Amino acid sequence: MTAPVVELRGVSCEVGTAPPRAIVRDVSFSVGPGETLVLLGRSGSGKTTTLKLINRLVDPSRGAVMVAGRPTGALPPYRLRRGIGYVIQEVGLLPHLTVAENVGLVPRLERWARERIEARVRELLTLVGLAPERFAERRPHELSGGQRQRVGVARALAVDPPLLLLDEPFGALDPITRAELQREFKGLSARLGKAMVFVTHDVREGLLLGTRIGLMQDGRLVFLGDAGEFRRSPHPEVRAFLEAAA
Amino acid sequence: MNLVRFYVDNAREVLGLVGQHLLLVLVSTAVAVAIGVPLGILLTRRPAWRGPVLGLANVFQTIPSLALFGFLIPLPLLGGIGARTAIVALVVYGLLPIVRNTYVGISGIDPAVREAARGMGMTDGELLRLVELPLAAGVILAGIRVATVVGVGTATIAAAIGAGGLGEYIFRGVAVVDNTLILAGAVPAALLALSADGLLGLLERRFAWR
Repeated sequence: MTAPVVELRGVSCEVGTAPPRAIVRDVSFSVGPGETLVLLGRSGSGKTTTLKLINRLVDPSRGAVMVAGRPTGALPPYRLRRGIGYVIQEVGLLPHLTVAENVGLVPRLERWARERIEARVRELLTLVGLAPERFAERRPHELSGGQRQRVGVARALAVDPPLLLLDEPFGALDPITRAELQREFKGLSARLGKAMVFVTHDVREGLLLGTRIGLMQDGRLVFLGDAGEFRRSPHPEVRAFLEAAA
Repeated sequence: MNLVRFYVDNAREVLGLVGQHLLLVLVSTAVAVAIGVPLGILLTRRPAWRGPVLGLANVFQTIPSLALFGFLIPLPLLGGIGARTAIVALVVYGLLPIVRNTYVGISGIDPAVREAARGMGMTDGELLRLVELPLAAGVILAGIRVATVVGVGTATIAAAIGAGGLGEYIFRGVAVVDNTLILAGAVPAALLALSADGLLGLLERRFAWR
């Protein structure tokens, strides 16, 4: 068994004081290379917060979060984050930068040479199905939702991080574009061999893309297993999700 | 027609006063930007200071310009008769719109954009330089534009304390009841204000994202 890329051990996260409110409670899981863990749950179930605990946009109150075998607190947050690809819905692209500048942003922060950034940007745009000569100089508002999301994925892959965090990346797309991107994403993730944590509230998307599915309810991870186990699980929240999708 | 003849006859003096006027406005606006933008950024980092700082700037803004010149004259270092006092007063006037717009421009950025930038691994400095300032640039420039236009206007009054500029003609013209002389100062002052407004407006539009 290979070492996990990301591992959570008994992680809780509380916000506010008097009384503190727990949004993540005692969550444990690990994700290895080539694995996609889908975190499924209703709005407010704590799945996005769990994702942000991994790249320290949120700090845990208790428990340990490890990335590549090291506690996330061991590095300055910006160092940690540059080694983790992060894809979010819509707003993730910077509106004042071109597509090429958006994709090349983390390499630029890492002070790569210009030619190296340009070559990498071309390579990535091609990888996500956007012809560099047509798209490199456009700005995000000149793209369709699906194209923007492709740019978002390209950007997350820029420095070839071993771990990708995706927060409802296809949530704002129309159903047809969404299905198209899901198919491509599945192919891409199989080829890239990255560890991924993918947050969604769409159970069909979860079953399609996840090697494993973690279902969250009220901050707890109430189910963790593969698609077959998910379908057979008697847990009421699992049943509720499956019935809603049927 | 009298006005045209006046300009022909006094070309050198007119240009000198326009130059003085521009210098007053440019120097004071530059200083106001150099103080106001960092101060506005600081307020986004220390929200508790926002009330007192903007309140104080607001108080200064409310003091009539001639009265402010009057207050400054007896002060050592900053005061006295002449251009220095005028520049101090113009800086004080320019600060409020610049500080306020810098603060509003940066705090108005979609928090999700800021979080995305952090999530990519930007340090505080990179976030400011690569995201917050470029995205707030349009709003900040709008503040600088207001400060500049107000500065052109207020600088005409600065002639009252011996700072020179186009106000010289206006005050002289009022004193001797000479409409040509009044217009000789008022017309170019108004044109300066309009062109400053137009030019900065163009620049501002270049920073309208989306």
